[in-house]
Amino acid sequence: MDYIPNTEHDRKMMLGEMKVPSFESLLKDIPAPLRNFSLSLRQGLSEPEVLRVLRDLSGGNISTDAYISFLGAGAYEHYIPSVVDHLASRSEFYTCYTPYQPEVSQGTLQAIYEFQTVMCELTGMDVSNASLYDGSTALAEAALLSLRLHEKNKIICSRAIHPEYRQVLKTYLKGLHTEIVEIDTPEGITDTDQLKKMVDDKTSAVLIQSPNFFGCIEDMEIISTIAHKQGALFIACVNPISLGVLKSPGEYDADIAVGEAQVLGNYINYGGPYLGFFTVKKEFLRRMPGRIVGQTVDSEGRRCFVLTLQAREQHIRRQKATSNICTNQGLLALRACIYVCTLGKAGMAELANLNIQKSHYAYERLCALNTVKPVFKNPFFHEFVLKAQGTIPVNKINEYLLKKGIIGGLELSGFYPELDNCMLLCVTETKTRESIDRLILELSQI
Amino acid sequence: MNQIEPLIFDKTSPGRRCFVFPACDVPVKPITELLARDMLRKKEIKLPEVSEIDVVRHFTRLSQMNYCVDTNFYPLGSCTMKYNPKTNEEAARLEGFTKLHPYQSVEQCQGILKLLYDLEQMLKDISGMSAFTLQPAAGAHGELTGMLIIRAYLEKKGEKRRKIIIPDSAHGTNPASAVLCGYEIESIRSHANGLVDIKKLKEIFTRDTAAIMITNPNTLGLFEKDILEIGKIAHTMGGLVYCDGANMNALLGIARPGDMGVDILHLNLHKTFSTPHGGGGPGAGPIGVTDELASFLPVPGIKAVDKLITESIGNDVQKEYILHYDYPDSIGKIRAFYGHIGMMIRAYTYLLSLGKEGVCKVGKYAVLNANYLRHKLEKQYDIPYGKTCMHEFVISATRQKKKGISALDIAKKLLDYGFHAPTIYFPLIVEEAIMIEPTETESRETLDAFAAVMIQIASDIEQQPDRVRNSPKTTPISRPDEVKAAREPILRWDKK
Repeated sequence: MDYIPNTEHDRKMMLGEMKVPSFESLLKDIPAPLRNFSLSLRQGLSEPEVLRVLRDLSGGNISTDAYISFLGAGAYEHYIPSVVDHLASRSEFYTCYTPYQPEVSQGTLQAIYEFQTVMCELTGMDVSNASLYDGSTALAEAALLSLRLHEKNKIICSRAIHPEYRQVLKTYLKGLHTEIVEIDTPEGITDTDQLKKMVDDKTSAVLIQSPNFFGCIEDMEIISTIAHKQGALFIACVNPISLGVLKSPGEYDADIAVGEAQVLGNYINYGGPYLGFFTVKKEFLRRMPGRIVGQTVDSEGRRCFVLTLQAREQHIRRQKATSNICTNQGLLALRACIYVCTLGKAGMAELANLNIQKSHYAYERLCALNTVKPVFKNPFFHEFVLKAQGTIPVNKINEYLLKKGIIGGLELSGFYPELDNCMLLCVTETKTRESIDRLILELSQI
Repeated sequence: MNQIEPLIFDKTSPGRRCFVFPACDVPVKPITELLARDMLRKKEIKLPEVSEIDVVRHFTRLSQMNYCVDTNFYPLGSCTMKYNPKTNEEAARLEGFTKLHPYQSVEQCQGILKLLYDLEQMLKDISGMSAFTLQPAAGAHGELTGMLIIRAYLEKKGEKRRKIIIPDSAHGTNPASAVLCGYEIESIRSHANGLVDIKKLKEIFTRDTAAIMITNPNTLGLFEKDILEIGKIAHTMGGLVYCDGANMNALLGIARPGDMGVDILHLNLHKTFSTPHGGGGPGAGPIGVTDELASFLPVPGIKAVDKLITESIGNDVQKEYILHYDYPDSIGKIRAFYGHIGMMIRAYTYLLSLGKEGVCKVGKYAVLNANYLRHKLEKQYDIPYGKTCMHEFVISATRQKKKGISALDIAKKLLDYGFHAPTIYFPLIVEEAIMIEPTETESRETLDAFAAVMIQIASDIEQQPDRVRNSPKTTPISRPDEVKAAREPILRWDKK
């Protein structure tokens, strides 16, 4: 199946009308040696055949729905209400282009405007863009914004920021003559004494994630003060779901708040596509990367929406643009917007609370076992670190759990060698008491 | 449906619900017992309080204000707005993919890893490149990844080159991506024939030039016929050739960048490989490189290894797919996890459907459709470059401009006729540019209908230009005041 409507007959008619002797004559600019190759692709398949292959491949994976999963670490399972899939599956949303023609793109534009509002409300920040690739690149772009702002070249970040986010930050800043300083996290949260010593007048920004990679909630107010005292920007990386209960970046005076918004109505999808959100204080508005939608009026005075402040962007400014970003994650931002509207004001608070209640239930009971021990004592949101006490390594524990229908926590030694035999467990609202009790039972028997 | 749809925030009625969670089945503790009081939020969150029917009607109505590929023809040049097959959507929405966690062990993810591995093999075959990473999130992200690879490669050779050469017809992301990697841009003016000026290139490509970023076919829809020479110039000076694969649709089954001396190529799965644009994303911008550059790719890569299976009837060797980190010169990680998996599933499904014959037809029919449309319009409109084209062509509305009608006016008039507007004012080197790319998924009848409208507009401009002014009139809104939007930015709803 090739989705090409024109037939051999059409082809002949078209060439005839163009008075072109053969199709090949249209390709005369391509040097002959370049035409000499053959593909090793296989023959095309019909729809039933294709879907059989895809179903087999899908079946070759273990779905977190078929098992009970306690994996988190930056990609989180939350229940997605039916309306999200139904509305986002409308092809008017998913087969349209970037809304360059506002007259025929008001649906996309208004949805993004509503998404921007949702993100501002959750984070307590003044302005949001239309989204970036993912949480990690949003954090890197935040650091880049700070570096564009002033002549300082030191970025300070906590070691409790998602390790992959820190790796991305390093990749993005390589070659820009920037120093990245990492602050230790002995008790599972950023060492504020060490931070105080490291922040100086060369510091462009302080980057902190809360809840951090270990699930612990950082003391954002104190860190904000430390950063600002030296004139550095304070960049908060937050989980939007936690903001239903936890203090918002706006309340602790963050300059930029970013994070991963996959949690808002998007599937975990083996890691992507996700969407990074990017919110700032008003004063940084014109330095933001990415698309922004604004409200205006049409020639008849009717309220409408357009992509705005485009003078920041690559298609206008080329090498002088604030970033090379060309798109947002439109469809995923739409899903996030529908999700938050579906849960509503009460639902978002309930959701955060449910995550806290269930994870703390699991944590307390797991801590009572002899086989595992808590590693950090600080307050957490919906993730926590446990250390296996016996001689069985975490990967073997996870193999055992898998046989029992449970996908265990993430083994941490790969990212943090000092945390050997430790696992990061996540409990969201999707876990019933029964499934949590099953985990407790199995872990008590290792 | 020309009515203004209120914002969902203005539909709020306190106490209304659209969704309820199951009751909490673990003993509930007061939140202050679990978390310190000063960790808790005090600021109210003003989110909508609406019922399910409110949400459904609101977003359905919004969707009805959108033009999309499923409504009608989208002649957007350089965007390759081809049809997005429904089979792809069905495949990508299978639960074994959507509900798979990126940190599940590879044994639990053999299906998706095989898919990704096979997709890389297919892209290698189609593009002629030696190794791929599927990770970049978009074309621009692929460019950034490519630039990082170029820098790492040259640094390993002990060279600190400062410049990237970019033709003046290039996409704006090209210079923006190169600058992000600390490079200076040297713009090269196109030759009068619309192609890279080879003589000039020879002069400016020095040992301080890291690479040339080239788009082939270029944004005028012309094949850079001296591409082999361009590669030679770059390589002789120890530099590299980066190819922006935005226009790869023209070449599918016709020629391969890997045979053209290209060292790094990005592909746009959302253009050439039919994944939907989603109103501006997600896309995916995998990059292919030569053997020499493979060790610089971002981690992780995907590998197939032999695994010995011991069974009662004897031993068997099976392929096992793993994520690996053994790229010794890797630029590192360019994003969290492994990329836009959902887009890769769609592209893979598409390529399975097309197969070899289908892939070879894509380029041919894309080029045929573009030339057919070009032929239909060449009397009424000026087409400053080339006599034929590849997958797209660029009109200059200079003749119409003399009558007081701009490319923008023509684009907006098309909306009233029920067609999406082409790309306008790009490439920058064409005055009053109107860039048209029909793609292979449009029929002769659709092209005829579009051409008839374009000809009607041209004739109206000659005889009664007022008919073309002040469009669109039939769309949900008329032309917006963009200056006001930028001068007095209103970027979020606020409670009145």
